[in-house]
Amino acid sequence: MRRFLAIRIAQSLLAMLAISVIAFGMTHLSGSPVDSMLPEDAGPEEAAQLTRELGLDRPIHVQYFKFLGRVMTGNMGDSIMSPGASALGVVMDRMPATLLLGGFAIIVSTIIAIPIGVLTAVYRDTAFDAAGKIIALLGQAAPPFWLGIVLIWVFGVTLDWFPTSGRGGFSHFVLPAIAMGWFQVAALMRITRSSMLEVLDSEYIKLARVKGVPEWRIIWVHALRNAAIAPLTYFGVIAGIILTGSVVIETVFVWPGAGQLAVEAIRARDFPVVQAVVLTFAAVFILANLLVDTLYAYVDPRIRYR
Amino acid sequence: MTLGDTILQVENLQTHIDTKMGLVKAVDGVSFSLRRGETLGIVGESGSGKSMTALSILRLVPRPAARIVGGRVLLNGEDLLSYDAERMRRVRGRAISMVLQDPQTSLNPVYSIGGQITEAIANQQRKLPRLELLKRAVAALKTVHVAAPEQRVRDYPHQLSGGMKQRVVAAIANSCEPQILIADEPTTALDATIQAQYLRLLKEIQQESGLSIIFITHDFGIVANMCDHVAVMYGGRVVEYGPVRAIFNSPAHPYTRALLSSVPAVDRTVDRLYSIPGQPPMLWDLPRGCRFAPRCEWADSHCHQEYPPTVPSLDAGQAAHTASCWKLEDIGLENVRC
Repeated sequence: MRRFLAIRIAQSLLAMLAISVIAFGMTHLSGSPVDSMLPEDAGPEEAAQLTRELGLDRPIHVQYFKFLGRVMTGNMGDSIMSPGASALGVVMDRMPATLLLGGFAIIVSTIIAIPIGVLTAVYRDTAFDAAGKIIALLGQAAPPFWLGIVLIWVFGVTLDWFPTSGRGGFSHFVLPAIAMGWFQVAALMRITRSSMLEVLDSEYIKLARVKGVPEWRIIWVHALRNAAIAPLTYFGVIAGIILTGSVVIETVFVWPGAGQLAVEAIRARDFPVVQAVVLTFAAVFILANLLVDTLYAYVDPRIRYR
Repeated sequence: MTLGDTILQVENLQTHIDTKMGLVKAVDGVSFSLRRGETLGIVGESGSGKSMTALSILRLVPRPAARIVGGRVLLNGEDLLSYDAERMRRVRGRAISMVLQDPQTSLNPVYSIGGQITEAIANQQRKLPRLELLKRAVAALKTVHVAAPEQRVRDYPHQLSGGMKQRVVAAIANSCEPQILIADEPTTALDATIQAQYLRLLKEIQQESGLSIIFITHDFGIVANMCDHVAVMYGGRVVEYGPVRAIFNSPAHPYTRALLSSVPAVDRTVDRLYSIPGQPPMLWDLPRGCRFAPRCEWADSHCHQEYPPTVPSLDAGQAAHTASCWKLEDIGLENVRC
């Protein structure tokens, strides 16, 4: 178990390093920020001077290692669009809003999706199963940005049940969480269902029945723990989808999170901030997957003892 | 061993399965009885309905496709088919237990051995303290000769060998001291030495506790070693029933005779092992008359038209030896062609 975790943590750090290369490289592909930082009447000397000041005239690998060294100490440079603020600070101000919305969406979708997934497997080929299929189909077919706009239009504007934008009380969470979470509900539900169907067909479930184990225990204890690996894996994927989805959803719902910040920063070519967002998102994603792997080991002893 | 009173009486049991091909009468009027301490072998090819008979007794046929449509299963005189779900659940594991075919997959991979044994015990005897449960799990492992049971209870199935897993399954099945144990081809997946050990173990458990065993197999060697009585199944019906000696010495039904002819003998060399001509019947399209008639060398038009009644076999001395065949007199009692 300890060895398993040590390996996974080392792998996570390696992944982080690879992402730092990509984050560094990507922003350098999008052109120099110097032009957008300078006033319109600035001449080539001023441009050259700023380039020097920002260190953009140094060889690329030198720039990368300087960047990496700074990142290690939590210094990702200063924001260009909001002068005087550190890039990481700007991102950290916005992260709680993103994590809150994302976390809420994940928790609610899990609470909805897992029981429905289990029950559609238990009651397969019934009306309940068919209804589950329809919910899943809709969720997987509707893109979140479109769903967000439709939700705003129907429940925000027409029915006026929920606020259309911004962050506030619980009611502000409802629409963006649905827009974000429906797809996850759909996917998670289908994965749980197929995983459960396979497990319910197994010999050890038959043996549990032969032993006289009550049916509820067979489903929620014997079968679900075995069926949990596939949906659990998907949580790692969900973490990614929720984070990248936050860019779209936060823009649609004017949610003051890091996703919206990323869009603003890209528009302003504020690449220290873009880098900070990318690295923070990557760190959250990798952490989430590390957590998933740890849960694997908890759920399945075969992984623990490998 | 002397046998006790009748403990299980199966009467005209019928289980049907809906399939894409149509309605399959997997168990089509099976009757037999089992006495205390007796081992009954149910023999037949794959698809003859032997496993479905076992699952029907426990009322664990795969639903919703399969359902028990008729008959009675009397356990100590009470019809299990009339029990409600909760009452039936309490019969499983306690009164009637079962060992499944494949030890590799019959244990839950995510729970410890001890957990799986204690669960079986706790199901039937709630309110036992945890420590007592664990003690009983260790004791259950001891009865099936698992070495170092105190350590083993903490192990997970993937840490055990196939033979060990099947012992654990036996320990689970035996943990509530059932009256009847149904063993559904429990040794098919084990190699020959482990198989012999395992069969000895079952015999030992039986001698200690006096339980009755229904042994489902297609291996006549096991039948000869293990069983007191044999029911031969074909196409969802019992075609011949009798004491194991009578079945081997004077098989009456052409199918039984054919089956015995296709068993290789160690003391004889043959160029080519006998095999029964033709294919087992399609279960969704059974012949109207005797199900074996299309493959039977004795069959005439009568056999094809009407299913034969169950009649005493010709070896009148063997009181309980019966067969379902129109041709018993023609076939006579001459030895099986081997």
